Amino acid sequence: MASDFGPFGQPTRRGLLAIGAGAAAGLATPPSALAQPGRPANPPDKPRGQVVAALSQEPTVFNPLMPGIEVDQGVWWNLFSPLWYIDPQGHFVPDLAKEVPSLENGGLSADGLTWKIKLRTDVKWHDGTPFTADDVKYSLDLINNPNFRVRNRVGHSLVKDIKVVAPDEIHWRMESAYSPYLSILALTFLVPKHILEKAADPNTAPFNNAPVGTGPFRWGTRVAGDHILLNAHTGYHLRGPFVERLVFKYIPDLTVLYTQFRTGQVDYTGIQGILPNFVKEAQGLRGRKVTVSPTASVEHIAPNLEFGALADRTVREALYFAINKKALIDALNYGLPVQTETFVPQQAWSFQAGLPAHAHDPAKANAMLDAAGWKRGAGGIREKDGVKLEFTNSTTSGNAVREQTQQLLMQDWRAIGAGMRINNMPAAVIWGEFWQQSKFNSVLVSVNFMLGSDPDVTPRFGSGAIPAKGGRGFNTYQYSNPTVDRLLAQGATQFDQASRKTTYGEMQKIIRNDLAILPLFQAVISEGIKDGLQGFAPNINCSSNCWNIREWFWA
Amino acid sequence: MAKFALQRLGQAVVLLLLVSMIGFAILHLAPGGPLSQFALSSQMSQEDLDRIASQLGLDRPLPVQYADWLWRMLRGDWGNSFRDGEPVLKVIGSHLGATIELMATATLIAILLGCWVGILGAIRRYSLFDTLATVGAMIALSIPTFWFGLVAIYIFSVELGWLPAGNRHTVGDASLLDLIHHLIAPAIVLALVETAIWARFMRSSMLDVIGQDYIRTARAKGLPEWRVLSGHALRNALLPMITVAGLQFPTLLGGALVTETVFTWPGMGRLFLDSIAYRDYPVVMGILMFSAVMVLIGSFLADMLYAAVDPRIRVG
Repeated sequence: MASDFGPFGQPTRRGLLAIGAGAAAGLATPPSALAQPGRPANPPDKPRGQVVAALSQEPTVFNPLMPGIEVDQGVWWNLFSPLWYIDPQGHFVPDLAKEVPSLENGGLSADGLTWKIKLRTDVKWHDGTPFTADDVKYSLDLINNPNFRVRNRVGHSLVKDIKVVAPDEIHWRMESAYSPYLSILALTFLVPKHILEKAADPNTAPFNNAPVGTGPFRWGTRVAGDHILLNAHTGYHLRGPFVERLVFKYIPDLTVLYTQFRTGQVDYTGIQGILPNFVKEAQGLRGRKVTVSPTASVEHIAPNLEFGALADRTVREALYFAINKKALIDALNYGLPVQTETFVPQQAWSFQAGLPAHAHDPAKANAMLDAAGWKRGAGGIREKDGVKLEFTNSTTSGNAVREQTQQLLMQDWRAIGAGMRINNMPAAVIWGEFWQQSKFNSVLVSVNFMLGSDPDVTPRFGSGAIPAKGGRGFNTYQYSNPTVDRLLAQGATQFDQASRKTTYGEMQKIIRNDLAILPLFQAVISEGIKDGLQGFAPNINCSSNCWNIREWFWA
Repeated sequence: MAKFALQRLGQAVVLLLLVSMIGFAILHLAPGGPLSQFALSSQMSQEDLDRIASQLGLDRPLPVQYADWLWRMLRGDWGNSFRDGEPVLKVIGSHLGATIELMATATLIAILLGCWVGILGAIRRYSLFDTLATVGAMIALSIPTFWFGLVAIYIFSVELGWLPAGNRHTVGDASLLDLIHHLIAPAIVLALVETAIWARFMRSSMLDVIGQDYIRTARAKGLPEWRVLSGHALRNALLPMITVAGLQFPTLLGGALVTETVFTWPGMGRLFLDSIAYRDYPVVMGILMFSAVMVLIGSFLADMLYAAVDPRIRVG
């Protein structure tokens, strides 16, 4: 795969084709997404033209350290830079750092406690000020400043004794070894000390709405509720950018967004892409191409493991056998997603292959429940020791596909004597206390369990991460398994990838066996791109496929 | 007249206070909150959410939050948006122009077209024109605005390619021509219902007036029909329309909300929907108060105008 990358770690055209083919392996990628005969593949000598990227959510947070969502991250990728980033294959690629620290190059000590980072010397902020190690220190200190409204301090809070050794070198000590920090830093964008240190309160600094970064594009203008315009940063330290202007256009309604793509008003459909029911039509549009690529999100049924019958593993297994996954994927999701058995995306190095495959077997489910003493009672609903096999399932109201999924699940489960009722709520309600404090019976949800490319799932499956029991994290399933706890602790302190793969593989086997979640499929995103726009490369390790617009150009 | 105006103003202040209390309570008591969107992120913990909530002052008792909000509001500080940290007044201001532009154009179309159809319908009562206008108005009033919007986009943008499928401007082109090009479809769609309402009211008002004795007298005096209609009938028929104009503001605002979404028009309606979905309390409250003030001003002006032209109102 090395030959698929250019001198700066950027994918070559051949590499892009390989990425496109690999990313969409097994998916319905049209031939037009992979080949553009007769078009030149070389980018222009200087930035030319503009790209209008349509998004269904509005980016509103421009300080990359403050609480933001995926759509904000798409903008951050173009304004700011991390020390290194993760390419579509999961490799760390140096950005502001000269090299990614490792045991081999001496950047990491053998015990994982000392980190030494060497920085590039040719990087400038958009206002012309040189980027130095002081900016790195300032960013890390700001993250740990108790008065700053930072998104989170996972990993960063372990950083101690930061020393600026030289303008291009910085060292620090970790309070304890924490290998996922490499991935966390790959998603941590650095902010300029010389601007933010002058602000009386970094929470309300003018910078937050007129950011200055080291990324491929400079801040232009923002028309709230409509669009954000960025201009090419010609002094950018990596390859690109190749377009003069980048416009993030906010179009909240996905049907309207698709219509504007169809009529040519937008060049690319970003988050949340093209609705599955439009994909086939979009693939037939002249002058447009569609890329269907996997995301790191896993659609699953989240059981509350402390609720009634769902606490019984046999019940969960029977419910799992009763689900007609194929119908869910083929009929409701147009065959686009890929069925899965784990929380790790299939493209990740940590993915554990060979987990027990799901089978739609209602007869087996019925037999299991009979054997376990779950007897059919009034109305055909089973019960055991006074506990009825009855529960609610909740999801975001208004999500038509999920609501249809619930109808199918209700039907599948009714056939084995399990009663399910639908209890849907708006997003702001369901993902509030109801979800966070495990007040649900079961939820239909899609979650990206990964920290960038890292499979550390301590916040999701660690027994100390159950908020309903005062824990720190998002183990809303209330899952608790001492072996998993041990493996989580072990994996977070290992730096050798082969060893980590074994650790997280073992963990996936246990979680699959326990059915802590009932995995349905790995979600995909279908994105439309205007013909002639080159350089698009889906990256499952970033939250947004806008991560490399610096590489995009018009052929 | 001054006493009447003061009475109305007093009522308006009490109403605003009530609106603010009810709005604040409903918004804050509704389950969920502005931080729920982060709940699916692996990178955040409950501790992070609690910390951010505390920094935003969301962990204080509701009456304290309301008192603080009201006090700051009265001093002109409407707070900052939770979404982008900008002052609420600035956020509202940045969306106001687009909504005014859309609403003003739609209102102009609705008044001119609605009055014309209404007057002509009344003069030619039960004619083919009147029947068609009545049926057309009923259709416009019965079919949802978003449907009209989607049909307009399908026909004029997707199929014919005459008009843009949405947006206020082409990015990088702020010319008047480009603006008008983008404004045509949403303004007409928004104006449809309004036109129907104006036409129905105008027809009925005109019919009422042209049946009066003084119109018969004017005709008996031998005045030409156009002078009877324009000089005597129309002026009096327009009088009740002042009230219609005042009361139509909330309807128009509601219509703008839908139209702005369908046509991706960056106005207040979309801002309101986005802010509710995000539970951006300061912005929602800001828009709520702003709209309440606008509605009250509209109704106040209608009352004053009506009282000015019809003294019986003041007395009654």
